[in-house]
Amino acid sequence: MRYLFVVLLCIASMSGMSQENEIVLKGKELFGDMRARQIGPALMSGRIIDLEQHPTNDRVIYVGAAGGGVWKSTNGGAAFQPIFDEHSQSIGKIKLDPSDPDNVIWVGTGEIWTRNSVSVGDGLYKSVDGGSNWKKVGFEKSERISSIEIHPTNSQVMYVGVLGALWSDSQERGVYKSEDGGATWTQVLYTDQKTGCADIIMDPKDPNTLYASMWEFRRTPWSFNSGGANSALYKSTDAGKTWNRIHNGYPAGKMGRIAVAVAPSDNNILYSVVESEVKEKSGLYKSTDGGQSWEFKNGDFGLVVRPFYFSRIVIDPRNPDVVVKAGLRGSISRDGGSTFRNLGNMHADIHDILFDIHNSDRMYVGTDGGLYRTWDGATTMEIVANLPISQFYQISVDNDEPYNIYGGLQDNGSWYGPSRSPGGIEARDWNSVGAGDGFRVLRHPGKPILYSEMQGAQNVWRYNMERNTTKTVQPLDVKGYDKLRFNWNAPMAVSEAQKDRFYMGSQYLHRSEDMGDTWEIISPDLTTNDKNKISKGDSGGISVDNSGAENHCTVFTIAESPRNERVIWVGTDDGNIQVTKDGGKSWTNTTGNLPDFVPDNTWVYHIEASVHGDGTAYAVLDGHSTGDMSTYVFKTTDYGSTWKSIATSEVYGFARNLQEDYVNENLLFLGTEFGLYVTINGGKNWSRFTNNMPPTAVHFIDLQKKTNDLVLGTHGRGVIILDDISPLRALNQEVLAKDIHFFENKPAIMFESGGFGGTAKEREFVGPNNSRNAKIIYYLKKRHIFGKMKMEIQDQDGNKLIELTPGKSKGINVVTWNGLIKQPKVAKGKSIARGGFTSPRVPAGTYKAIITKGKSTYETEVAFVNDPQSQLTDAERIANQQATVKLYDMSQELAYLVYELDEILDKAEEVKSQGGTKTADPVIDELFKLKEILVTTKGDNYVGRQEAQLRGKIATLYSKIAGSFQAPSDSEMQNLELLEERLKEVTAKFNSIKQKRVLKMMKYMDGKGIDDIKVMPYEDFIGK
Amino acid sequence: MKKINFPILIALLLSFAFFEVKAQDVTVDEILDGYFENTGGKDAWLNLKGTKTLAKLNQGGLEIPLEIVQLKDGRQYTKISIQGTELYQGVYDGETLWSINFQAMQPEKAEKEATDNFKLALKDFPSPFLNYKDKGYTVELAGTETIDGTETYKLKLTKDPKMIDGKETEDVSYYFFDKEAFILLAQETAITQGPQAGQIGQITMSDYDEVDGLYFPFSVSQGLKGGASQPVSVSEIQLNPEVDASVFAFPGN
Repeated sequence: MRYLFVVLLCIASMSGMSQENEIVLKGKELFGDMRARQIGPALMSGRIIDLEQHPTNDRVIYVGAAGGGVWKSTNGGAAFQPIFDEHSQSIGKIKLDPSDPDNVIWVGTGEIWTRNSVSVGDGLYKSVDGGSNWKKVGFEKSERISSIEIHPTNSQVMYVGVLGALWSDSQERGVYKSEDGGATWTQVLYTDQKTGCADIIMDPKDPNTLYASMWEFRRTPWSFNSGGANSALYKSTDAGKTWNRIHNGYPAGKMGRIAVAVAPSDNNILYSVVESEVKEKSGLYKSTDGGQSWEFKNGDFGLVVRPFYFSRIVIDPRNPDVVVKAGLRGSISRDGGSTFRNLGNMHADIHDILFDIHNSDRMYVGTDGGLYRTWDGATTMEIVANLPISQFYQISVDNDEPYNIYGGLQDNGSWYGPSRSPGGIEARDWNSVGAGDGFRVLRHPGKPILYSEMQGAQNVWRYNMERNTTKTVQPLDVKGYDKLRFNWNAPMAVSEAQKDRFYMGSQYLHRSEDMGDTWEIISPDLTTNDKNKISKGDSGGISVDNSGAENHCTVFTIAESPRNERVIWVGTDDGNIQVTKDGGKSWTNTTGNLPDFVPDNTWVYHIEASVHGDGTAYAVLDGHSTGDMSTYVFKTTDYGSTWKSIATSEVYGFARNLQEDYVNENLLFLGTEFGLYVTINGGKNWSRFTNNMPPTAVHFIDLQKKTNDLVLGTHGRGVIILDDISPLRALNQEVLAKDIHFFENKPAIMFESGGFGGTAKEREFVGPNNSRNAKIIYYLKKRHIFGKMKMEIQDQDGNKLIELTPGKSKGINVVTWNGLIKQPKVAKGKSIARGGFTSPRVPAGTYKAIITKGKSTYETEVAFVNDPQSQLTDAERIANQQATVKLYDMSQELAYLVYELDEILDKAEEVKSQGGTKTADPVIDELFKLKEILVTTKGDNYVGRQEAQLRGKIATLYSKIAGSFQAPSDSEMQNLELLEERLKEVTAKFNSIKQKRVLKMMKYMDGKGIDDIKVMPYEDFIGK
Repeated sequence: MKKINFPILIALLLSFAFFEVKAQDVTVDEILDGYFENTGGKDAWLNLKGTKTLAKLNQGGLEIPLEIVQLKDGRQYTKISIQGTELYQGVYDGETLWSINFQAMQPEKAEKEATDNFKLALKDFPSPFLNYKDKGYTVELAGTETIDGTETYKLKLTKDPKMIDGKETEDVSYYFFDKEAFILLAQETAITQGPQAGQIGQITMSDYDEVDGLYFPFSVSQGLKGGASQPVSVSEIQLNPEVDASVFAFPGN
């Protein structure tokens, strides 16, 4: 606490410092080599928008994820790597240039299956080196790019279909053409500010012929509309100059989203799926004359279901009768669209399908739950187990050791899993605790119970984690109150003050003191209760779509003050920030106190009740669902009487969540649509955190109190952890001005648990564990380049124990030490003594870490403590340590003996070669016989291995004891005694040979003028 | 027991510079000229016949001595000492690329594709950038990037295409030169083969020091970008070493 006080004092004293003197470090300059850890999971994977295959190399496949970026496989879909990690992770379309498909990749950002929770793109990107580097080439306001078509032989000519803004009017929509390879663009088809291009298809044989599907659509926070008079299918036969509607055979009246495809093997054959206000005429249409006329083929559910989500048709490249339609289950026809059956069993919600370029039985299917592949024409499906693109809406952590992470996902239920696991965090470590779309999952603060929910609080489960039993506990309608309205992403909260307390929000705040069995409404309707924004079951437009996702005028966030349980904050999706200071008896709406630039009714996405003051809180507002992409972050210290903006223009994208640090009030973490931002000065400056952290949408952040790990729930890249953010707490102007500054660090625990690791096979995603090593963390003002920079660990007496490699980055460096010192010197033999690779660990305690940089040295301390779970007594520890040291020394003594023996042997051979056979032979004979019982002298390192000799036996026992957390057993001690005796015997034998035979040979050497035997001293040999 | 993963230590690359060029209009050749000028001069580099590097791979208590020899004619070896036993890895004798199999302790040839690709890079010593145009390489300025908290110029080096699993593949690497002093701080290359294909391999360099007028990094870390790396610390570099030619020869059939 004293240290904290000093830090706070320093920060306070700095506040008077003039702006121009302030050192402001940004991004990588600040964070150095602090690195995020992406732990997935990948077992439920996440939504995929678009698939693309190389036109001639069937090993190369690209996946565009809804919020997880672009992934490339070079091995036919066995494994994928992310290749777009520095840009918007919301993907609409991937296209390879047919003239240079190895190198030129175009990515249109902004997902195009426009559900309520879609992410936002920010333009068109190009790579000319197969995805290593990317450049944005425009369309910054496009929000969503649906299609890219490129001339098959002239890369200069290309078309981009812009679906455009989902929540607002926009002129950046329609079809654009470039004739200079994307340098400049002309809008060649535009309807109006509400109608975007849902797809462009280029005729596979005639690049001047194009088909464009235009779609009138709009979302608001409370409604969705698909369709209108302007939705239409167009054809151009003059490379985009003129466009004509091709509706001959379509029903009259308003249309919605239209999917279209041309058969690659016959360009006269087209299929389209039409969303029509004439319900019985919605469905699949076929044309055999290049779109001049259409014939209605089929209106099955699988074809007409949710057009905004599933308007994609894919035709077998070799057979125009084989047609696949995206959908709830996906549909395939093998008779030209007359009849369909579902695709094989896999995750629901199919968005794209890819036929292999050589073999139509081999297909890839992108779903809401990842990528599947099939070898039998989509009858049997297998998931790709290494795409960690899961989409969390919410996460939370508990206080277990290791702590668990809880969260709910888009269309993938609710889960919890550990922050570390033997061998890494893999699929088997995750536990399913909910169905449907999952959102909040909260652990009871004191019991093995969690709460999870599905969309719109249709179910709220109270789940007993030990007994695997559930009870649904959601609040129900009661007399005297309006029908309850829950958000799709309904808020829940638990209380640290009253551990059985459980809150939920509808339009009211509900409080239970018995874990959800009994509910009390403790507020009036806290929303605007605007009847125009409350669903009447008519959302969707032409196709009714009442999933509940558009429920509005609801409570969205609840925060009980960690300092005062009577202070409760509530934020609503229609813009209210309500607070009570008396446990719900009276409420104040503080929205009017926000600065004037905040539009009315802007969604209150998150309120963070601070640990730093009863009246202190942060509010994050999000207007994106009205087309307002501004960043809104506010702080109050007076219960909302005043709200001060703490967002700056450094933050890119709208924000959803904020996490404060529990120690340093000025350290804040902000989750935005484009990644994680950090401020160390209370919001005066923000830096995006980029070390292994893609700009994926961060929906929720939690800070684990014991470990100081920042845990991010991302909507596209699963859970990402920034381990131990405590160094950021101590950053201030004084620190930033120093050449080197060591941060204080907690002692590391010498964990005794080990085990054999996980079960994941080669291609299954495994999330990395955090390092349990001791950390030496320091800030470096400048990247070290010239001259030596070394780090060594010393004991308290200054004895060197081991050298470590220091980090050289400008900013924060983290060097880890596993508590091990150098492995023992092992005698040279023909094969390896595996036990000799074991490095002994130091006893728990405090050690010195010394950095030498040029002529300067810098010193800090690094400490280990014993595992608090340990069963070992101090005496047992000492016994282990003593036996380890003894065997370590024995190994080194033997190594030196064998070294000396080898030197003498070499000399004896030399003597022999110079005519001294008589004197050299007995030396060679006796020393070699001795050597044969000391080390292996033949064999290999596998099944040709020679039986272990003394060296191997010492190394094996050494490794057994040094690698364990046990006192040596009686059996081990007996073995040690035996080996000690043997070592004494062979040493005596060696000395005897030296005194008798070698001395004689040396006399002979003297007489012949042969050089002496040269043997380096023991210390030099050991230090070599 | 820790898994031992011996990195193939290629070119311990070099740099030093206080060569002033305005950042806004710097060209590839200005960066490279500065780089060579300040690391000892192009002539000195061209006259270099070979290097012998003594180093230690040090990870978590496990310390493994290495000796790396590279000669101008392409011959090279890495000698790893384990418990006093010397294991030769990545040895090239002018024709054959070979290594000692750790289990059998016998020499084995690299597969033909690996050897062919290795031969493509024979002209790289001591730096692929030295007279790169004569080598048929292209170098482009691919922008700037922050590496280890430091602003760098990013150069894209394209060499002769390699064969990867039977398919011709472009050979591209990126090099990052410190903006202030034109020091080479890092190199990145996409891994094209094996289970890590598609990930980016990264080498970072620091602790530059002078050896007979030329400057070398004495600390090099090799690993995956964004992942763990293996640090190697160099204790000594000998220029134009005398090496017994028989060491390179493939001892097998």
